[in-house]
Amino acid sequence: MAEMPVIEPQKCNGCGLCVGVCRCNALAVVNNVITIIETVECDWCTDCELVCTTGAIRCPFEIILQES
Amino acid sequence: MAVKLDFLKSILYFSDVSLAELESISNLVFEKTADRAEMVLLEGESDENLYFVASGVVKVFKTSVEGKEQILSIVRPGESFNDVSIFDGGPNTASAQTMGPVLLYGIKRNEMETIVQNHPQIALNVIKVLARRVRHLLSLVEDLSFKHVIGRVAKILVEHIGGEIGHGPRLTQQEMAAMAGTAREVVGRSLKELEEAGVIKVDRHRIVITDKKALQKIIEVSH
Repeated sequence: MAEMPVIEPQKCNGCGLCVGVCRCNALAVVNNVITIIETVECDWCTDCELVCTTGAIRCPFEIILQES
Repeated sequence: MAVKLDFLKSILYFSDVSLAELESISNLVFEKTADRAEMVLLEGESDENLYFVASGVVKVFKTSVEGKEQILSIVRPGESFNDVSIFDGGPNTASAQTMGPVLLYGIKRNEMETIVQNHPQIALNVIKVLARRVRHLLSLVEDLSFKHVIGRVAKILVEHIGGEIGHGPRLTQQEMAAMAGTAREVVGRSLKELEEAGVIKVDRHRIVITDKKALQKIIEVSH
């Protein structure tokens, strides 16, 4: 399954700002909590994390070394 | 109308203002909608309206001659933008672009001036809004002028290199910002600069270090 942003439901206040900024329509507010409804490849723009005021949605980066 | 009044009551510009006053002000407020990625303001141009975000999010930013973008603020519901040029009469200080569909409430410059002249409480509120703006921008100036953020971000990357793909530690830009003692917006720009320098590659949820030696040099130089 494609990697998706990480949601911490207990931190979500259901404001839905992340839903509006998500370019791949992957998010929805379900029962007042943000939920991933699509597992299509998001491009990891991190806009959802940027607009979230409670830290409920996170887009963590894995740091790897790959020198040619 | 009820929605507009409730919204106006909730924002700092109009806090502690009577309902009767708010009703008269609400008649001066117009609505504007915009889709994702629309430019609402262009830096250097003139726009005679003060805007409040009613729903959605707007990004306020400056762009360098080389096309590099520095985010100044993320404007969420209840917050305003274009305040400075409204009150000093100059051109737009920055550009503003929607990050998704937005609903904006606007007030024309001359009408806002009349409102401020007639309502001392609103004048005080405006001072508070502008003072907060100055405080935020001063903090950003400090980050961009005095802190070698790019070196700190480079150090964080080197210190958090994972072993096996898929099992290493993970960091958000917010976490990197907290570690580097800076704003998230500055980390975003630092990552872009490191990518442009050819030492890292951002590949979706992976930051691939392609030249560790060059990265270490950046750390040394910035100390």
